[in-house]
Amino acid sequence: MSHVDTVSRAAAAPDTPQPFAELGLTEAEYGRIVATLGRRPTAAELALYSVMWSEHCSYKSSKVYLRQFADKAPPSSALLAGIGHNAGVVDIGLGYAVTFKIESHNHPSYVEPHQGAATGVGGIVRDILAMGARPVAVMDAIRFGAADAPDTARVLPGVVSGIASYGNCLGLPNIGGELDFDPCYAGNPLVNALCVGVMRHDDLQVAAATGEGNQVILFGSTTGPDGVGGASVLASAVFGGSGETAKRPSVQVGDPFMEKLLVECCLELFARGLVVGIQDLGAAGVACATTELAAAGTGGMAVRLDAVPLRDPSLGPPEILMSESQERMMAVVEPARVAEFLDVCAKWDIRSAVIGEVTGTGRLVMTWHGETVVDLPPGSAADGPEYQRPAERGADQDALAADDPAALPRPSDGEGLRAALLALLSSPGLADKSWVTEQYDRYVRGDTVLAMGEDGGLLRIDEATGLGIALATDGNGRYCKLDPYLGTQLALSEAYRNVAATGARPLAVTNCLNFGSPADPAVMWQFAEAVRGLADGCAALGVPVTGGNVSFYNQTGSTAIHPTPVIGVLGVHDDVRRRLAIGFASPAGDDGAAGVAGEVGAASIVLLGRTEAEFGGSAWAHVRHGHLGGRPPAPDLDAEQRLARLLAAAAEAGLLSAAHDLSDGGLAVALAESCLRGGTGCVVRLPGDPFTALFSESAARAIVAVRPGAEAPFQALCAEHGVPEASIGTIGGDELVVEGAFAIGLAELAAVHTQTLPALFG
Amino acid sequence: MTARVGVITFPGSLDDGEAGRAVRRAGGEPVALWHAQRDLRGVDAVILPGGFSYGDYLRCGAIARFAPVMGELVPAARSGLPVLGICNGFQILCEAHLLPGALTRNAGLRFVTRDLRLRVENARTAWTRAYSDGEQITVPLKSGEGAYAADAGTLADLRAAGQIVISYASGNPNGSADDIAGVCNAAGNVVGLMPHPEHAVSSLTGPSADGLGFFTSVVAGVLA
Repeated sequence: MSHVDTVSRAAAAPDTPQPFAELGLTEAEYGRIVATLGRRPTAAELALYSVMWSEHCSYKSSKVYLRQFADKAPPSSALLAGIGHNAGVVDIGLGYAVTFKIESHNHPSYVEPHQGAATGVGGIVRDILAMGARPVAVMDAIRFGAADAPDTARVLPGVVSGIASYGNCLGLPNIGGELDFDPCYAGNPLVNALCVGVMRHDDLQVAAATGEGNQVILFGSTTGPDGVGGASVLASAVFGGSGETAKRPSVQVGDPFMEKLLVECCLELFARGLVVGIQDLGAAGVACATTELAAAGTGGMAVRLDAVPLRDPSLGPPEILMSESQERMMAVVEPARVAEFLDVCAKWDIRSAVIGEVTGTGRLVMTWHGETVVDLPPGSAADGPEYQRPAERGADQDALAADDPAALPRPSDGEGLRAALLALLSSPGLADKSWVTEQYDRYVRGDTVLAMGEDGGLLRIDEATGLGIALATDGNGRYCKLDPYLGTQLALSEAYRNVAATGARPLAVTNCLNFGSPADPAVMWQFAEAVRGLADGCAALGVPVTGGNVSFYNQTGSTAIHPTPVIGVLGVHDDVRRRLAIGFASPAGDDGAAGVAGEVGAASIVLLGRTEAEFGGSAWAHVRHGHLGGRPPAPDLDAEQRLARLLAAAAEAGLLSAAHDLSDGGLAVALAESCLRGGTGCVVRLPGDPFTALFSESAARAIVAVRPGAEAPFQALCAEHGVPEASIGTIGGDELVVEGAFAIGLAELAAVHTQTLPALFG
Repeated sequence: MTARVGVITFPGSLDDGEAGRAVRRAGGEPVALWHAQRDLRGVDAVILPGGFSYGDYLRCGAIARFAPVMGELVPAARSGLPVLGICNGFQILCEAHLLPGALTRNAGLRFVTRDLRLRVENARTAWTRAYSDGEQITVPLKSGEGAYAADAGTLADLRAAGQIVISYASGNPNGSADDIAGVCNAAGNVVGLMPHPEHAVSSLTGPSADGLGFFTSVVAGVLA
């Protein structure tokens, strides 16, 4: 390979022009590389720095803000590993630890919806695996442009089939998530994938290359040109002659079967104690894995790039470093254990290759057929630049805030309220999601207690005791557009409340921060406010942020998406047999949510929390008036905490047969969902103005169904926890009845709720 | 004495653990069988679990049927060993010609996960004796290639011989011929079905406990 740019060639030809700008580096960043190396970088080094210093890998525009998550973190005895690891690790008791993280795959999912979404699932699963945990479930929060836009009909089915095919084939239950639509996401759909894994405390793995002489092994799929965006630019612009490398799409292609084998193989390697350090290969592939392992370890690593198994023999060092071929892992292994390591890989039909070793030089050195093509201090690449970009409150914020929804015409009679509820229930964002969720396997692994359609997903972890974990993700771009600080706290509040509504105790937070371009000061202001809101909110709720992901550049031209932080909350459930589900059901003699055999009388419905007239950013304003303005509802984190403690205590005491949090569409939508889920109607009487009671989106609220006979102890529990409660009706019949206003039969309710997505997507 | 029920793990099997758990819940002892070993470890019955063997990148089950363990299983099944194929396992049994017909892409061309009402059409097989003819049960389906297909003559023969074991009782979710959800061989010892009874053994983690009967049937039969 005479065209390969070596370190000696770089020293000998210092003035060769290099395409740093095409690779996304600024002149100043390029200058910093030259200063670090004392010469121009080789093509391979330039490739490595360009991907390591990309926004995606380096968080260069966001990290000055993200420090708040650590600085403001509430004391938590549950945290075993926090920010900075592949994923945070939380102690849930009985010797079990849980690790979870959410990550975006937005742009690839727009370019190639099926593979983009599929590899998003694959990537986050490997993050969890690299912590030493067995991945046990996934969730997906997905957002698209207008539901009836032609491009949504292209993107959505592909994204859903991609998530389904990868997750189903990998054998991970999909236990919930979100689906929403807004014209602001046209051209920039959001595909955020969450994975959760479980391990024993002492299974925790580290991503560090330590121990001089230890071997570096790359295993899993072979390395191909997929996902290599800039490397072909590099090859043709500088060195010519590499034009024989076929141009291929820059979206990666997933192989879930390989990932399934890789998961089982890694877990066996961990169980046999064969791994000193391990890192998954995601964005920036071999470049990132080698650099981060070396930087986190003793610093030195020697890598033979020509030992990397290739699926395309025409690839050179820059392409190998940048390739984002999926289903690959890198491990550091003691020399005496290498043979056993390779045997385990062979058992699982996993290809593996020793590509290097840990050295004491403090430098990351890579060779290509004996010639040195990379020689740099790994910390210089792993700790990239850091920017404090200009941030300024957008000029449109005042006008938005002044556009109060109080001026919108409201329904004034029962007929109008009824029509508003039916319109909300059939709107794409609130309609029944079965068209999507039926494509996901929620049963596999056999431990799914609650999944989509419920407030949160709930998994059994320990069969003997019923110990389990609950998970929910929430985001609300409309609230965040009005006020990113409050909107982010509302998203956090809702995810926290959703976890609590299963009867679990919220423990930890992950986040996926989806924003426009960081070069726009108004976007940076939104980002700064959102991060500040989340850090303050987590401190107030006593739940630490354990990790997350930032996705910038979600914009078309100068128009950014609504700021959309998606917040994931993890909770621990002491006994999943006492879980709370949302469905109103008649006593059926089943265990758990459907009631208790022999109960007489109807369960009463109690509204928890305080309702104010809050319609800014509400589903009602959005669906009925296409309106976005005013202030979002006021978060009340103290009230959220009291509500969560009440729900956990009531679940433990067995006082409730259902619980459902109130969010988009307020009480009206929550009642309808609980009726439809359980197949039983209800009769309610509303205090005060019926429109406000039905459609306001005040935070820190839930409805519960109190078991007959448990009314008094539940009321006492509410008083003890300081949660306002109002008995508003009873469960029963086959209609949703709001006394003095309207009645809707369940059949009509169901028809309206379920017809929307099939009508749109076939 | 406890009935020992083997569960084969192929590369890409996913519901092997749940099949084993269902066997234990039914009072049997699950025995792990590995695809690459030509050894049934003396078990009394065998389950081929759900999943995506070899990624289902070729026709579902088309590669798994050549696994070494199948070299032992096929003659044993022909000699009367009770064998249950669930979902991908059903597909493998069809590919191995232990059961008639084939499974093709769902009519809607999408993967379908749904809790379904099923009717037990034949409660005399090794795997359905705990039920009664005509009994309705609720069990989840989760598959992308679950549409049962066979030529008209085969379908008529199956109907006449009582080899349709399970049918969809409230709507056909995937375009299966004659609403067929499961069939058996002429002797009734080999049964294949697309729905997943191992995910309906407890109302905590499934829609019902109705699926347990498949496992108690074989456990009781072995001990009888």
